[in-house]
Amino acid sequence: MATIDAGQRSPDLAPPITQVGPIAWVRQNLVSSPLNTGLTLLCLYLLYLIVPPLVRWAILDADFAGTSRADCTSGGACWVFIQARIWQFIYGFYPPEERWRVNLGFLLLILAMVPLFLRGFSHKIGLAVGLVVIYPIIAFILFYGGMLGLPEVETARWGGLFLTLVIAGVGIVASLPIGIVLALGRRSTMPVIRLVCTGFIEIVRGVPLITVLFMASVMLPLFLPAGMNFDKLLRALIGVALFSAAYMAEVVRGGLQAIPKGQYEAAHALGLSYWKTMGLIILPQALKIVIPGIVNSMISLFKDTSLVLIIGLYDLLGIVQAATTNAEWLGLAPEAYVFAAFCFWIFCFAMSRYSLHVERKLDRGHRR
Amino acid sequence: MTEPAARAATADQPMIVLRGVHKWYGQFHVLKDINLDVQKGQRIVVCGPSGSGKSTMIRCINRLEEHQRGHIVVNGIELTSDVRNVDAIRREVGMVFQHFNLFPHLTILENLTLAPTWVRKMPKAEAEDVAMTYLKRVGIPEQAHKYPLQLSGGQQQRVAIARALCMKPEIMLFDEPTSALDPEMIKEVLDVMTELARQGMTMICVTHEMGFAKQVADLVVFMDRGEVVESNPPQEFFTNPQSERTKLFLSQILKH
Ligand SMILES: Nc1ncnc2c1ncn2[C@@H]1O[C@H](COP(=O)(O)OP(=O)(O)O)[C@@H](O)[C@H]1O
Ligand SMILES: [Mg+2]
Repeated sequence: MATIDAGQRSPDLAPPITQVGPIAWVRQNLVSSPLNTGLTLLCLYLLYLIVPPLVRWAILDADFAGTSRADCTSGGACWVFIQARIWQFIYGFYPPEERWRVNLGFLLLILAMVPLFLRGFSHKIGLAVGLVVIYPIIAFILFYGGMLGLPEVETARWGGLFLTLVIAGVGIVASLPIGIVLALGRRSTMPVIRLVCTGFIEIVRGVPLITVLFMASVMLPLFLPAGMNFDKLLRALIGVALFSAAYMAEVVRGGLQAIPKGQYEAAHALGLSYWKTMGLIILPQALKIVIPGIVNSMISLFKDTSLVLIIGLYDLLGIVQAATTNAEWLGLAPEAYVFAAFCFWIFCFAMSRYSLHVERKLDRGHRR
Repeated sequence: MTEPAARAATADQPMIVLRGVHKWYGQFHVLKDINLDVQKGQRIVVCGPSGSGKSTMIRCINRLEEHQRGHIVVNGIELTSDVRNVDAIRREVGMVFQHFNLFPHLTILENLTLAPTWVRKMPKAEAEDVAMTYLKRVGIPEQAHKYPLQLSGGQQQRVAIARALCMKPEIMLFDEPTSALDPEMIKEVLDVMTELARQGMTMICVTHEMGFAKQVADLVVFMDRGEVVESNPPQEFFTNPQSERTKLFLSQILKH
């Protein structure tokens, strides 16, 4: 029998061709059994039925250029409609001469957020907290005006994608901290706090968002003194934020439960107070675990904003739908909804990808 | 007790005093009339069968568990429900756990500097100097920028010891620091503990490492079913055990 020299090892051989590469992939995933082969063929047939007509309608036979309905002649989708209304879809009824304020507001936000995505920048948390505190003030002054020489644009004229982003942004940014506080409260050792937080979470989670919005817009004024009336958008924002905070709280609680007791004990034994233990040890780990759940909640919230339509706010979906009832563009609902769906998808998909990226990065840091 | 934190142990006053301490978990009487005095610089080894209340007892000393009757006085400060007393005691008492309990989201260096900067308000640069000093003392300064899960068990436990030492405690509590370790890593941790004892640290160690007890302990305390059955210097304890329970325990543990 041959022996292997000390210090010499057998060479690593490449795996057989049937185990790796595209051929193996097809074997394993598409034709591994008669049932799988059948399903693969069925799927191919369905794709053949659906995809070509869709491509023909949306791209090959579609009209892209023009100014009116009369320019849509090819029989496919009439994207001219979207093109003609695009500014309204984006800004709602915001006065055209003031739209620069919206643009400036979002440009500022994007510029301020760039460092958050840069690798070398080390004050990310500080910047994020600063942004959350300061940016809403700047944005309010810019968007609403009525001071610093900016004419007032009342919130009834806000609409379209702009309004969707405002509601979703406020909801997302407000619901995470409120949700964290609720989750901590629900696990508190003080019975009153625990009862209040648990009660709030369970009540809000047991009610559809539509109901919350209705209550915010119809019932709230009944309880306020006559003549006192606060802004419809503000009421919707509060409703959306609290609603989503209740869900966020349960997601965060799941993360808190996953942290071993030893982490609390080690922190306490070192003399850290409750809040320092939570802020420095427990929450950083718990939130990292539940990033997928948090982003899931955010995506839900982003799409749920379209429900503000029922209290008379025209978000992206609302304004697109309203446009389809315009006499000049009757019958173009498919184009309108495809456009709206596409816009929603872009934002939600971006959030989802960003969360994957963050997850992977945090994982690299902590594991071997 | 107007200025609890200001009072410190005097020469004749023990560092730790337990007087008639009782504790219950619901109906279960887990500590029964525990009395123990630990002098400054004394090394106590606590042993006894699993479930006898060893962990519970030392966890009462830094209030990870609350006792229900009796008095515990640490470094001149009595443990009451006053949080200021609890905080003051926790600053003086370091603890090392069986499962290390390092913070996995922080680097080794951050694990070590966290409490000094946030609790002792030490400037960051100074805290890092202190941390590196202790990492060198436990023999792993080169691991400072790794994360806990990248280290072996023995290394992690040495980091945990260094983390507690960074708070400059007067007293160190060890709860079975080597029981979760592979055999080949036990020695490196015991060496660090022996060195610490040699430098005069007041220590209470729950451990079944009888070699360590013989070499280092001033007093071996044997617990069974929530009671201190016997407490004697190691020589006496191992060669001339008094009670049947101690004899049985020693015969079981020394057999291996
Ligand atoms: N949080 C708890 N609740 C109820 N019983 C407990 C709790 N912690 C420990 N015990 C019980 O108290 C007894 C003593 O536990 P412990 O002090 O951990 O023992 P040891 O450290 O000596 O093995 C055991 O019987 C254990 O089951
Ligand atoms: Mg134990």
